[in-house]
Amino acid sequence: MVSGKGIIGLKYLDKSDIEQIVETAFSMRDISKRSVKKVPTLRGKTVVNLFFESSTRTKTSFEIAAKRLSADVVNFSYTSSSISKGETTIDTAKNIEAMNPDVFIIRHASSGIMDLLSRHLKTPIISAGDGTNEHPTQGLLDIMTIRDEKKRIDGLKVVIAGDIYHSRVARSDIYGMGKLGANVYFFSPPTFITDDYASLGASITYDAKEAFTDADVIIMLRIQLERQATGLFPSTREYSRVFGLNEQRLKLAKPDVIVMHPGPINRGLELSSGVADSKEHSRVLKQVENGVSIRMSAIYHTIGEGHEYTGN
Amino acid sequence: MNILVINGLLIDPSQDMEQPGSLLIEDDIIKGIVDPKSYTIKGDTAFIKNRQDKAFTVIDASGKWVVPGLIDMHVHMRDPGYEYKEDILTGTKAAMTGGFTSVCAMPNTRPVNDNKTITRYMISKANEAGYAHLFPIAAVSKGSEGVELSEIYDLVDAGAVAVSDDGMPVASAALLRKAMLYIKPLGIPLIDHPEELSLSKTGYMNEGVASVKLGLNGIPQTAESVAVARDIMIAAETGSKLHLAHLSTRYSVELVRWAKKMGIPVTCEVTTNHFSLNEDAVNGYNTNAKINPPLRTERDRQAMLEAIADGTVDCIVTDHAPHGNDEKEIEFDKALNGISGLETSVGLSLKLVHDKIIDKKQFVRLMSCAPSTIVNLKNKGTFKAGADADITVIDPDTKWLVDKDKFISKGRNTPFHGLELKGRAVMTIAGGNIHGNTRT
Repeated sequence: MVSGKGIIGLKYLDKSDIEQIVETAFSMRDISKRSVKKVPTLRGKTVVNLFFESSTRTKTSFEIAAKRLSADVVNFSYTSSSISKGETTIDTAKNIEAMNPDVFIIRHASSGIMDLLSRHLKTPIISAGDGTNEHPTQGLLDIMTIRDEKKRIDGLKVVIAGDIYHSRVARSDIYGMGKLGANVYFFSPPTFITDDYASLGASITYDAKEAFTDADVIIMLRIQLERQATGLFPSTREYSRVFGLNEQRLKLAKPDVIVMHPGPINRGLELSSGVADSKEHSRVLKQVENGVSIRMSAIYHTIGEGHEYTGN
Repeated sequence: MNILVINGLLIDPSQDMEQPGSLLIEDDIIKGIVDPKSYTIKGDTAFIKNRQDKAFTVIDASGKWVVPGLIDMHVHMRDPGYEYKEDILTGTKAAMTGGFTSVCAMPNTRPVNDNKTITRYMISKANEAGYAHLFPIAAVSKGSEGVELSEIYDLVDAGAVAVSDDGMPVASAALLRKAMLYIKPLGIPLIDHPEELSLSKTGYMNEGVASVKLGLNGIPQTAESVAVARDIMIAAETGSKLHLAHLSTRYSVELVRWAKKMGIPVTCEVTTNHFSLNEDAVNGYNTNAKINPPLRTERDRQAMLEAIADGTVDCIVTDHAPHGNDEKEIEFDKALNGISGLETSVGLSLKLVHDKIIDKKQFVRLMSCAPSTIVNLKNKGTFKAGADADITVIDPDTKWLVDKDKFISKGRNTPFHGLELKGRAVMTIAGGNIHGNTRT
């Protein structure tokens, strides 16, 4: 499924694909802990980071991942000004494809762009996020982080809280975790979700107590402050009070609950500093660390299968 | 031209007619129904004898339906201004190939059809082309900008049959009310594209299960129904004729059902797209299924079928909206709205007859009689003696595959490519032009 085709959404992967990518990521993680953080697995391969939307963290994570596998990495960033020269996204990608890369890592502001480009390109694509649709490697690293702590996904109560409607992270998380048997709850103001989201297999609640009680995992999404201007919530103060996660609410969850966040965090809005910095519960930095391993695994499964990856 | 269409099943709801017979056309005017055995017209036994000296083109319509020429009162001909998408020649030829003898062209051309020069240009270009008749719909407001009224009396004098700012709703309730008052003496309808932009502007498809799965921002159904309610209230107050374009939600047709019961002068249309497809057609980010209003839920589609069956819906249209490939094969959010529909409409609409949702006469009423009445096309949509010889011959049973690459229209944007349809127009007669649609 993944090999030679890429990863454009967890909605298209089956359970065994997801498990395999996560398993490989655990063994990839060891590479990042060595003094020489590099294996020759993808020597001679070219990985192109094609980012049509600004990103520092995800792009860096992919770049480090590719370099640890000895691939050559080329970064293309298309700001809105170069897009305004009039070239279509398909033409841009085809031009770079003519330089014979082995895999594209693409981020773009339009939902579904990966499906469109897949029809026009022969080179496999790993999505680094498309519009409000999916961010599959974030979903995979979230699964890896939960597996790391809980040793399972099946049967866990996972709460995803915040702006579900506009979140590609939420969509990849529910697709992936749903396939692995988690009980996912969406907790958000009614302006950030519709009843139709239940069709993804999640339970929807507007009540903090119902959401957080006995939770095994809480994933707080970043609230885009500009949503306030469009009337989706009235103030950061009220959002934080009614829908945010703080130390007191965390007590409703299981004692060994872990708290995750795709970053960047708005401290004091969706997540209190106390929770964000809690050594016991916060796994935010662990997510970032696992992100590199997941992306190594994703690139490996897309273009490197058949090559040894454990060697020095 | 003198034509005798023999052996067909003549269907004309304007005379409550569904009978085998032959149709006599003399000098491009319908003369009457000829008895298939005696070749006489009722009350004129000497009819044929008196015409022995005339030459007739005889068309054998055995096994076919012979109906008043179909009328599509909602098309985008893109001419002037967007001739790369369609022009009046290809558009009217595509119409005729699809079985239409008349089309009403929306004013969102470039420049907008808000003055009589453009209205006259459109009519004369269609006349030169010699295919389907073209009746322009003029802009309600100058430039369709929703600020000042167009010179509507001028436009009607030049040949416009209705006004609309289609593509966009009439911008404000106040402007709509003024326009409805202003047109009242003209007897033309105002065709509104009902959309509350504050609800729709951030969306790209119907807000529902499909949009959730695709991660595309949705357009709630209230974006339409709220505007429908606004429009109906203004029609009720002004008493002017309101025609609601391309309805798509169950609440919209329910509001029209209520309005008709109240005696409010409202008519409405549904597109072939909205009764044939639901929101799932967008799956895979299929931009050919991206239209405005968006394809709705299956429940809404069923409501369209019910409203067509019970007469709440007055007519079927295509909202023929041809676009260039580069405007469709791009990011979903950037892709333009619309489907090239003229050459699939009859096949899709005949499915309603085959599925027994409507009968043959209803089919003809929805696709010919009603639109001719709504936009006051004299001598069209009927076989009454003296009517124009606009005739569509339909083979209701032949199966065929939709092939966009064989479209006459420049617009190849269709989600129906590869679909098998049952039935099509095989011949269209308009203005003395006998257009055989033998293409398969």
